[in-house]
Amino acid sequence: MKKKMVTALLAVSMLAGLSAVNVMAADDGGDTITVGFSQVGAESDWRTANTESMKSTFSEENGYELIFDDAQQKQENQLTAIRNFIQQEVDYIVLAPVTETGWDTVLQEAKDAGIPVIIVDRMVDVSDDSLYTAWVGSNFKLEGQKAMAWLDAYLEAKGRGDEEINLVDIQGTIGASAQIGRTEGFDEAVEAHDNWTTLAQQSGEFTQAKGQEVMESILKQSGDDIDVVYCENDNEAFGAIDAIKAAGYEVGGEEGQILVMSFDTTNAGLTQTLSGEITCDTECNPLHGPRVEEIIQKLEAGEDVDKQAYVDEVAFAADDTVTKVTIDGTDYDITPITQEIIDGRAY
Amino acid sequence: MSNSKLKKITSARLFLPIVCLIAVLLINVIKTPDFFNITIRNGVLYGYVIDVINRASELVILAVGMTLVTAASGGQDISVGAVMAVAAAVCCQILSGGASSVTAYQNSLVLAVIAALLASALCGAFNGLLVAKLNIQPMVATLILYTAGRGIAQLVTNGQITYIRVESFQMAGGYIGKSPVPTPVLFAIVTVVIVAIILKKTALGLYIESVGINGKAARLVGLNSTMIKFLTYVICGVLAGIAGLVASSRIYSADANNIGLNLEMDAILAVALGGNFLGGGKFSLIGSVIGAYTIQALTTTLYAMNVKADQLPVYKAIVVIIIVTLQSDVFKKFVESHRSKKVSVAAEGGQK
Repeated sequence: MKKKMVTALLAVSMLAGLSAVNVMAADDGGDTITVGFSQVGAESDWRTANTESMKSTFSEENGYELIFDDAQQKQENQLTAIRNFIQQEVDYIVLAPVTETGWDTVLQEAKDAGIPVIIVDRMVDVSDDSLYTAWVGSNFKLEGQKAMAWLDAYLEAKGRGDEEINLVDIQGTIGASAQIGRTEGFDEAVEAHDNWTTLAQQSGEFTQAKGQEVMESILKQSGDDIDVVYCENDNEAFGAIDAIKAAGYEVGGEEGQILVMSFDTTNAGLTQTLSGEITCDTECNPLHGPRVEEIIQKLEAGEDVDKQAYVDEVAFAADDTVTKVTIDGTDYDITPITQEIIDGRAY
Repeated sequence: MSNSKLKKITSARLFLPIVCLIAVLLINVIKTPDFFNITIRNGVLYGYVIDVINRASELVILAVGMTLVTAASGGQDISVGAVMAVAAAVCCQILSGGASSVTAYQNSLVLAVIAALLASALCGAFNGLLVAKLNIQPMVATLILYTAGRGIAQLVTNGQITYIRVESFQMAGGYIGKSPVPTPVLFAIVTVVIVAIILKKTALGLYIESVGINGKAARLVGLNSTMIKFLTYVICGVLAGIAGLVASSRIYSADANNIGLNLEMDAILAVALGGNFLGGGKFSLIGSVIGAYTIQALTTTLYAMNVKADQLPVYKAIVVIIIVTLQSDVFKKFVESHRSKKVSVAAEGGQK
């Protein structure tokens, strides 16, 4: 008997829930814009900051209704979430895909329902580009170019512009888009300088342990010759720095020291930048919210939007030797790091 | 050397694993002549060989546990990598008291280490229960923690990487005081010695082999085969926990996503390279240890030769194929028959 009561209660509450959704869907005829956001999960600080950015941008005060779904790293969950969004007749769907493939069917459903889909962070691999409206994410190659342009200017400023410079590239997980872009930026810059040589290029798989192991080995081949170590994320940089110090070398930007560069600008990474162990740390910005809102506002106004939109990304250096780099005619600021900047950041 | 003596050496169990290890190392004599240089740098031992011995430590510890599990249950524990992450997460989370980065212990180190080892023993006991008591296939039973283990570790660390930036915490993965020998090496040696002594002194080794060869027969002569299988899984879990603590100390943090990632496969490979039969029964602990060093020697060799990162797995695979083929029975028989043919041909020639 009691069980039946509970079941009945549950049924009633479910019905109530359903009607609440209906009310919500009916509501969006007014001024509020309903956005369904399917997020990968919460696997890193970066991801958490990404979620927070969306939540704070699409808040009720800003005139939005955000339906957030955490997929817990599973594509099935994301597919279900998108279908739910379609049923709830949201105005826009924002998707941070967990994998690149397998989206054709569900995106077609969204397209048939007339709901624009905006992809953030990772790209989707679909047969027909019109299945999504726009993509927002990081320009990894530009990140690499910025870092290398900084290095060029920095060495120039230190009077080492014509010296023989030996570089080491600790790559990310081979095949990851961040690795491909950042390695491209590195390779092109080395190619463009006659006095720059790549001593070793090896994958640290984006982890501290592998970064350390690989660096240990490279130091044994050519420790005395290394001038610059280019790590493709902060975790690798931590490992590389430990290996360099353990072998009795010094890290830093001066001659005779090994200069370490890094990407991602995590809190721990910037703390190491402040202490001077990482000399330059280039950002991988997780704050996608504002850029996505820009696109939605344009769509609301009936304007065309670019298929690819990159988020603005900055770079931080341990000192103020170089404060600006130019790539293809565009200026980019390099900010000297301070404790206030670290404390003021969202991630 | 007389022929029979040579035959005795080549037919010894550990002959092939040792030859393979030496062969891998010999590649370096040609490609990287300074591979075997060992110097003292910055007060510690320095050299490629030291790297091999140091970096293989976690794998050696795992391979010991994997050997016992394989021998007793005729299957492998594929959850060891995830259990490493669980142990690291528990230890670091207790030490940090919940914060994501600390520069001083919030709780006692002893408490954290004991809790971490208890957690890993619990994981081992869970696997053991499923395999020994419920008779589930080892690979399937341990698949549960293989999948869930990292999730549990993430849950413990709240999905963050927990950093313990305290010097004494880095000792297990670094150096103790002025000792020139990397601490992980000591952990590996002590683990192997202790397990070897236990197996020899308590007849546990014999029991494990008999349970692995024929569980029913072992039970009929009075061995509690369920208990012995269960025990091997608990031991394997605790060893994975120790390996996890060493790995975590190396990077002074608990990286639940990456600690011990794919290491279970290397551990199984180490057991196989050591000349052990993966179907259970007779085993050689030292064989597995040699197998573990062979795998790391291969990795370090490829790094030293500066093989491109995207091609690295291919070279690794080729070497593994060669080693496994060399050790297969079919290949051994082929060599044997080839040799006997030669002998008979020689004999015929003599008659003419």
